[in-house]
Amino acid sequence: MSGPILEIRNLTVGLPKGGDRANAVENVSFHVNPGEIVCVVGESGSGKSVTAHSVMGLLPKGQLKATGGEILLEGENVLTATPSRLRALRGTRMSMIFQEPMTALNPVVTCGAQIDEVLQIHTDLGAAERKEKVLAVMNSVSLPDPEKMFDAYPHQLSGGQRQRIMIAQALVLDPALLIADEPTTALDVTTQAQILKLVSEMQERRGTGVLFITHDFGVVAEIAHRVVVMQKGHVVEAGTANEVLKNPQHPYTKMLINAVPPLTPAVRDEKTGPVALETVKLCKVYGGGGFFQKKREVRAASDVDIRVRRGETLGIVGESGSGKSTVARCIARLIEPSSGGIVVDNMDIARLSERQLRPHRKHCQIVFQDPYRSLNPRRSVGASIVEGPMNFGVSADAAHAKARDLMKLVGLSPDALDRYPHQFSGGQRQRICIARALAMEPEILIADEAVSALDVSVQAQVLDLLDDVRKKFDLAVLFITHDLRVAAQICDRIAVMQNGVVVEHGKTVDVFTNPQHAYTRSLFEAAPGRNFEFARVA
Amino acid sequence: MTAPATTTPLADAADTPAPAKPTVWRKLFRNPAVLTGLAIVLVMVFIGLIAPLIATSDPSAINPAARNRLPMAESSMRADDGTRITVKHWMGTDTLGRDVFSRVVYGARVSIFIGVAVAAISIGVGLVVGLLAGYFRWLDSVIMRIMDGLMAIPAILLAIAVVSLSRAGLLSVIIAIVVPEVPRVVRLVRAVVLSVREEPYVEAARVSGTPTLKLLIRHVLPNTVAPLIVQGTFICASAILVEAILSFLGIGIPPEIPTWGNIMAEGRQLFRVFPHNILYPGIFLALTVLAVNMLGDGLRDTLDPKMEKRG
Amino acid sequence: MLSYILRRLAATVPVLFTVAVMVFLMLRLTPGDPAAIIAGDNATSQQILDIRTKLGLEQPVLQQFFIWLGSILRGDLGESFFFRKTVWELISERIEPTLSLAVLTIVLAVIIAIPLGVVAAYRQGTWVDRLVMGFSVIGFSVPVFVVGYLLVYIFAVKLGWFPVQGYQRISGGLGPWFRSLVLPAFTLSVIYVALIARMTRTSVLEVLSEDYIRTARAKGQTEVKVLFQHALKNAAVPIVTVVGIGIALLIGGVVVTESVYSIPGLGRLTVDAVLARDFPVIQAIILSFSFVYVLINLLVDLSYTIFDPRIRY
Repeated sequence: MSGPILEIRNLTVGLPKGGDRANAVENVSFHVNPGEIVCVVGESGSGKSVTAHSVMGLLPKGQLKATGGEILLEGENVLTATPSRLRALRGTRMSMIFQEPMTALNPVVTCGAQIDEVLQIHTDLGAAERKEKVLAVMNSVSLPDPEKMFDAYPHQLSGGQRQRIMIAQALVLDPALLIADEPTTALDVTTQAQILKLVSEMQERRGTGVLFITHDFGVVAEIAHRVVVMQKGHVVEAGTANEVLKNPQHPYTKMLINAVPPLTPAVRDEKTGPVALETVKLCKVYGGGGFFQKKREVRAASDVDIRVRRGETLGIVGESGSGKSTVARCIARLIEPSSGGIVVDNMDIARLSERQLRPHRKHCQIVFQDPYRSLNPRRSVGASIVEGPMNFGVSADAAHAKARDLMKLVGLSPDALDRYPHQFSGGQRQRICIARALAMEPEILIADEAVSALDVSVQAQVLDLLDDVRKKFDLAVLFITHDLRVAAQICDRIAVMQNGVVVEHGKTVDVFTNPQHAYTRSLFEAAPGRNFEFARVA
Repeated sequence: MTAPATTTPLADAADTPAPAKPTVWRKLFRNPAVLTGLAIVLVMVFIGLIAPLIATSDPSAINPAARNRLPMAESSMRADDGTRITVKHWMGTDTLGRDVFSRVVYGARVSIFIGVAVAAISIGVGLVVGLLAGYFRWLDSVIMRIMDGLMAIPAILLAIAVVSLSRAGLLSVIIAIVVPEVPRVVRLVRAVVLSVREEPYVEAARVSGTPTLKLLIRHVLPNTVAPLIVQGTFICASAILVEAILSFLGIGIPPEIPTWGNIMAEGRQLFRVFPHNILYPGIFLALTVLAVNMLGDGLRDTLDPKMEKRG
Repeated sequence: MLSYILRRLAATVPVLFTVAVMVFLMLRLTPGDPAAIIAGDNATSQQILDIRTKLGLEQPVLQQFFIWLGSILRGDLGESFFFRKTVWELISERIEPTLSLAVLTIVLAVIIAIPLGVVAAYRQGTWVDRLVMGFSVIGFSVPVFVVGYLLVYIFAVKLGWFPVQGYQRISGGLGPWFRSLVLPAFTLSVIYVALIARMTRTSVLEVLSEDYIRTARAKGQTEVKVLFQHALKNAAVPIVTVVGIGIALLIGGVVVTESVYSIPGLGRLTVDAVLARDFPVIQAIILSFSFVYVLINLLVDLSYTIFDPRIRY
């Protein structure tokens, strides 16, 4: 075997002045051999994407600049290459796919033309030859009906198909190195599984070296040959996939791997409390259109029947567009259900007007996904927490005293109440949102993808907090998630949704060990790293 | 199995808050466009305030003996006590022998007053109507149809139509300029409301039982402040321009009141020989509008960088 | 596509109806007797009475409105009090100069503004960008008539390259026609260029930060093609939108420019009509300019489908 395709030696990339550290990455060294998939893993801010962009020479101009080390692509240092040489290398010797296939493709150019562009730039082939080659590569990434897709625009394709177009575009000239920057993060699990399979297949067949950036250890377990772990701009550990995942050495790696929830459900007692929330044939239909628009109806949720007892956590699991969030938003009465009933506190709240609803609002509280938009940036977190109780006539003093207790409860200092949201991290804000919900003394707590935006290590802590407050206040928790691993850890029962319908519903253990519905089974099969038992080390 | 929930205050592993940003005020006072614009505007306001002190003669005093003088010319006139005094006409005189410098200085008063008044009224009316339209669906379609109708009439034509119906005067000119501006403010406020009401923090407030009016005032209204300050500045600039245009066309402020537009309207006839009647008020007008626009640009860049996208 | 056009066309009906209602109400909502206002301060009571009969003011308001609307729909815009002609005749006489001026200005502005905006966006933060943006702020700030008189003073009075004022009809030959319009068109285009250049810059800047631009670079595409093949087409929708919205500014500018250059067009007619309180003419002009404005923006909307395949018919 010849030398490595890519060798990064002591790469340092400087951050502009005033950042939280001097360098985005510092003294990073690793290599990628031909026919090898190297995963670079790390949480947000680890410098993994910066490293990948440095290789392509695509760092944002004027903001980030490689200040030391070298990047050798087949022996040639790309950091010192002229712009025109760099352009010649891109697409031919190295290429890249990105996280969000929707935005990474030009929306106003047909898919075929975008693949063809690579050939136009780098080859002298005639139009007919180019078209033949484009169709061939589209075929090889298993796109259905390439002739038709050639003239389709990106928005007419599904997310998975768009990522296939990106891969076709990257591989059409058989580059030696493929850089994949979180290419499956924006995709649903089932699509993710297909794309991961495609990447390994293409890589095997063509002998391409792959530099794969991800934050997900499941994905790492699925495809990596070797692993490089990064933290705050430094490589903290590197080795073969088996070594790193089964026997991590660095404390940070250990912590990350420990934080990955196992796919086997935890043992949980049967909950027998009174029913706190029940929906009866809940439906939500969107659209309809006005006089001048075409009539289009989308049934986001149809005939959803769920029941949650006090002290119990019900998980609603599904992919994007399954209607799981629609159900949550109907129950919280952020949107009005089209038909059906929502029984809370022995009262059907489905059809109440905003004004009639207000007295019943306190029974049911919600924690949202995005910690950065869930708190009013202009108000102190204390003001956000006391707002609800004061709406219900609690005196300012009592509300503030309670807020202090709640801050302690969620693991934050009561003195932080007069700070503003931007002074807190994502995980801390999510804790504050939980405190705000608890301030209302609800019986029902809805967590709508409440841990999805957090890094794994933080995610584990917030999950534990949610389970703690459930026990403490005997809450009925409705836990909306797309992540089976998370659901396995926290839910007593699970409802699986697909296209607005609950297709399977049962105890977590039963659903995980013996899924009945074909869709549930396909979800489990697609879960990355499902066959991999992660090391549990202290 | 997983790490125990932390109880350490303010400490989540691998999860650090963003560094503090420089305050808005500090950013504003570092922005050269804001500083330059503000300086020029303040100078103009100052000139307007002390107009009686620096004007060399009564801006409306007609002096048939000193018509159409070139800049720097001198003329003598009879003062109140009967003695003859010599007046230097820094910017010459117009066809009626009035001192252009004095008229320009007094003109600053009218222009700036109209700019500020139009901005304040448009923002006030537009804010209320926009909040209502943005938050109450049933009002939205009615209000927006009317606004669409108003927007379909080109602004200057609408202003011309309004002044043509009322007797010429300061108030009718202000109303005439306000009417076309209101729908633009309404649309801006409505757009902000529509996007903010989808924010999770507003939804969270709704879920915790905050009444609609409180929700609007507490969570939605503050988001309109920055875009409205910026928009208000641009309205002020455009109002000063439109007033000048109306007066220039002879359908604005009555000609005996000295405004920059009126001085230029006066100078139209003899423009080829005496361009100074248009040149000097033109410079003052352009400089003022330029300064207000620069201020607006600078404010937008610091307060509301996404505004231009909203259009 | 056809049904889309029809639906969009139908959607403009309520807007135009609202405009008609407002134009009608304008006169009725003014405090005082509309007939007296129209007749002016020196009118005799007989003149006021005549006007009142002519406008049908003694009938109920709703009835007045439908009579008025009906005649407009039949194409009868009424008769001018001042010019002693039908409004229709007046407008058709005056349309040629205004149309010539407007078309020339739009062409001129688009040709100048779009390259300026693209270059400013690409060279963001450099002196080129600052120059273009600086010009743009000045363009917004200097009143049209000051620009006009400045150009006249330099290029007509001092240099004598172009006629000072007046308009040559197109039937009198293209050369004189063009020469008579060069200065007015430049005058009028200043603010329009400022507007379009600014929006082009903003829009291209936004597109340049998109992921697909990074993708194009990752393919090894040259910067020029990244800019003109990938960025400009994606930036087109806001740019054509502002060209359409700018028509309103253009119409306002026409009124002033025609006064400065003594061009006998619709803008000049507007001012004359207002000075003469010739109300049927004012109403007709506002209605027809608004109609044109709405129609142009409808065309702009329809043109989106050319630039962006995501916009459905």
